[in-house]
This record gives sequence, structure tokens and C-alpha cells, in this order.
Amino acid sequence: MSRRTIEIALVVVGLALCTLAYLGKKNVQGWHSGFEFSPTTSQIVIGLIGLSLVWILVRTLQDKAVGRRTVFLYVGIAIALPLFMSIDQDIVISENTRHVYESLGELPPGSKVLVSFDYDPASSPELQPMAEAFLAECFRRDLKVIMVALWAPGAIQANIALDTVRARLGLDTTELVYGEDYCNLGYQAGREFVIQRMGTSFEAMFGTDVRGTPYRQIPLVRNVRNFSDINYAFNISAGFPGTVEWVQVAVSRFGLKLGAGNTAVQAPQVYPYLRAGQLQGLLAGINGAAEFEKLIGLKAVATTYMLAQTFAHLIVIAFIIIGNIAYFRGERETKLRGRTQ
Amino acid sequence: MRRTVPLLITGIVGVVFVVSYFIPHKPFSNLNDWFSDWFSIVAACAIVLGSLNLILISSQKVARRKEDWGYAVVIIVCFLITVIAGIAGGRGYQNTGTAFEWLYRYLYVSLSSTMYAILAFYVASASYRAFRARNIEATMLLVAAFLVMLGRVPIGDVITQFLPEGARISDFQQWIMDFPQTAGQRAIMIGIALGLTSTSLRVILGIERSHLGGGD
Repeated sequence: MSRRTIEIALVVVGLALCTLAYLGKKNVQGWHSGFEFSPTTSQIVIGLIGLSLVWILVRTLQDKAVGRRTVFLYVGIAIALPLFMSIDQDIVISENTRHVYESLGELPPGSKVLVSFDYDPASSPELQPMAEAFLAECFRRDLKVIMVALWAPGAIQANIALDTVRARLGLDTTELVYGEDYCNLGYQAGREFVIQRMGTSFEAMFGTDVRGTPYRQIPLVRNVRNFSDINYAFNISAGFPGTVEWVQVAVSRFGLKLGAGNTAVQAPQVYPYLRAGQLQGLLAGINGAAEFEKLIGLKAVATTYMLAQTFAHLIVIAFIIIGNIAYFRGERETKLRGRTQ
Repeated sequence: MRRTVPLLITGIVGVVFVVSYFIPHKPFSNLNDWFSDWFSIVAACAIVLGSLNLILISSQKVARRKEDWGYAVVIIVCFLITVIAGIAGGRGYQNTGTAFEWLYRYLYVSLSSTMYAILAFYVASASYRAFRARNIEATMLLVAAFLVMLGRVPIGDVITQFLPEGARISDFQQWIMDFPQTAGQRAIMIGIALGLTSTSLRVILGIERSHLGGGD
């Protein structure tokens, strides 16, 4: 089989996996009944994948190391197939996630919560479930949500999250009123300077909301001058400007009570602020989102994605082990050859 | 003059921001607000300037039939379609149901997520080929990575459920994140902060002028 044929075959397999993932996503969101592997079939599939990994290990021991395309294929399988599996995982709640949940619990109904959507679609598979779960909990507790964005796509991400939450909770426009229960002030250019200016005047930075309504005509924010009128803030961030800037400006300078939701890659950067008590909790990656979903009693996208995350981690670990076995075997043979010569 | 005025602006704005942090009262607080507003205005103008620059460069590429000029056509067409859809939507162009929102939700979100998702494949492949226990340090890194990867997913606790609470993989993972990782992050942050402070001082005092272009 020529290399070109193999590549075309891999592309076809990749497309098939994408289709499976898409159908799986539709299934998660309840758009159609879809199909799901039974627990037995799921276990058989997992067993087959495990056996094939053992086979790869044996091949590696025979000095026939697999190429990167095989690794790609396994990662694709690890992410796509779990979307069809009906395996319940016991998600352990971390302290950081619990702090976010408890911070919301301490707020009396009617409190104002500022949510900053500082991410773009690239990070939305990880952060959007977080945003949806957080907004759902805010509305369930009758907290008033003011949304802003320091990233240009953030304003629409907020609208998308709202649509999903509204559909999930079955709330129409009379039960969740724009301008009274929530509002979207949109995007403002200026990065951390926006946060700094919000410390003295929200209106100076957000003259109108995303609908073009003047700030003073929105009942929810009419009396909100600056951070002192906000009871709790939550920053959903994928980079700069994000949680670090919110802590450095809004928390340390204006005393804002802040929680955060970050991508798994970015989360380690904010741990010093967590340990220092400047952050009131952190949802770290899809894992944090799944933990929050469990706390609020909602089995949504993040919980389903966690199975794919588990599989992906296991596959990566398996390949690292196989790679190291190949490495040590190669080293040993080199040494033996040296001794013989 | 071309250098003196920007240096003066930089110096004055820098001093005002530093002083207003420690003395948040008039006149520094007012000046701080004023400069912050100006920063947002300049940042908004920069977005327009960047967009125009993108179109200009792409148009030149097409006009001169440079290598891969076809991609430049795609950029121009997509840019124009998005701008027209945005303008047609009026003030509420980002609201659900508008053409702009449709383009964003069904094209941009999918394409952008796909591009980022490809990272997973490269990370896995790179780990397979390069993550080796060559020495003590690399082995420690490898063990920490295993513990964090397993501890961040439920299977970690399933594997170690025979152990008492507090001694399972998720607990080790949390310990690694809370202490060695945080200590490392703090060291990096302090280093960056010191570097930023010295560079900022050099910029404010006009010693560092490379941001004006053309060196000294």
C-alpha cells in the first residue's frame, strides 16, 4: 500500500470520526434520540482498544515502532467513541470548584453578579460548558447577571450560553427578563484598562449594551456605578486579558470578590492567587466544569466530555509508556553493541 | 520633535498611572480615568487600522499575483461578507438570529474550535516521541505528569480506591498543583514582575526607546 493511499485512508477515517463526534454532540444536546452503546458494547470497545495497545507494545518490542499517524488515529478514537458510551464516572469535587459554588450560595437572591467572557471559540469547547453551568446556577438562585467581554468574541459567546441555558431551564422571555434579570454589556477594547476604568465607572466603558440600549435605560445596571455595587464577579478566561488581570486590577485595587473559570492550560498560572486568597474558587478546564455540573445537579455537556477526557489522558499515558519502552530498549541495544565492538 | 513628543507622552502617562495607584485621589484619579478612556479609544482605532492593513496587504498580494494569492482572495471575500453582515444587522448585529451571529456560530466557532482541537493530536504525538525518562529530572517530570493526568480524571481515583482518602491519585495531583507547581509559578511571576518593573521604568524615563522604532 502506497503512502498516499494510507494518507487518504487516514483522512477518510478522520472524517468518519468527526461525523461520529458530531452525531455524538447532537446526542448530548438532545436534538435527536441518537444511538448509544450499551454498557456491554462499551466495555467490549474499551477492551479492543486496550488489546490493540498491547499489540502496539509487542510490535514496539519487536523494533517496529508505530508512526505518528497511528497516534493521531488513537487520539481521534479516544475522543470520538466515548461520546457514544453510557458509562457513568464518579467525578470527585475539588476544593477550588466547591469554593465557587459556595460563593454563589452565600449571595442573597437579587445580588448582582458580574460575568466576564474573556475567550474565543477556540477555547469554547472547554469554557462554554462552564459558562452555561455557571449562568444556570445564577438564574436558579435568582441572582442578577451582568455580562461583559474583554475579548471581542466574548459578547456573542455570552449570547450563545444564554440561549443554551434558557432552553435547558425551559425559561421564556417573561420568566427571564432582559435588562432586569440579566444584561449583556458587550465587548470593550482596552484590555486591563477597561477593568481599571470600571473601578470608577462602568458607564464610561459600556455606554450601551449589545442591543444598543443606553446604559442608563437598563434597569439592572442603572444604579451600578463601579465594582462596589457588584456582589460577586466570575471571570471565564482563556488567556490575556483574563483572570490574572482581573485579580491584579479589580481584586487587589478595588477589592472585588472574584471567582474564575480557566482553560486547563491556563489554570496553573492562577494557582498563586488561589493560595493567596485573592481568588474565591476556580473551575479548571472541562474537569472543573464537570465538577460544577455535579454540584448543581446537572448532567450536561461537561460531564459527557469528561469520558472523552479520561480516554484521551489514558491514550497519551499509554503512548508515553510505549515510547519509553522503545527508548530504553534502543539504549540497551546500543550499549550491548558497544560492548561487542 | 518626532521623538520628544512620544517620549513626553509616555513619561507623563506612566508617572500618572504609577502615582494614581498609590494616591487614588484628585487630580491623579481624574487623570488616570482620562488616560484609561484614551487607551480604549486608541485600542478601538487600532482594530480598525489593523483591519484596513489586512485588506491592503491582501489586495496587494492579489494584484501582484504573489505566491498563494488565492488565500488572500479568501480573506478579502470572507472579510467583506462578515462586515456587510455586521452592518446589515444594525446596532444589535450580535444578537441571536442575525446574519452576523449565524456566520459566527456556524462557521467561525466550528473552524476555530477545529483548529485548536488539532493541538490534542500534536500534543499526544509529541509526548510519544519526546517525553523520555532520560535522567532524574526528566523522570520526576514524567511521574508528575502521570499523576496529574490520572488525578485530573475520575479513573485515577477508581484505580486507587483501595487506598484511604487523602492518599489517592487525585490527592497527589492536588498536592502537586498546590505546592510544587504554585511555588514554581510564583518564582516565574516574581521574575517577570521584576523584569517588567525595570523595563517600565526604562520606558517611562526615556532610556528604552526601541518602541519608537529605529533604535537609538
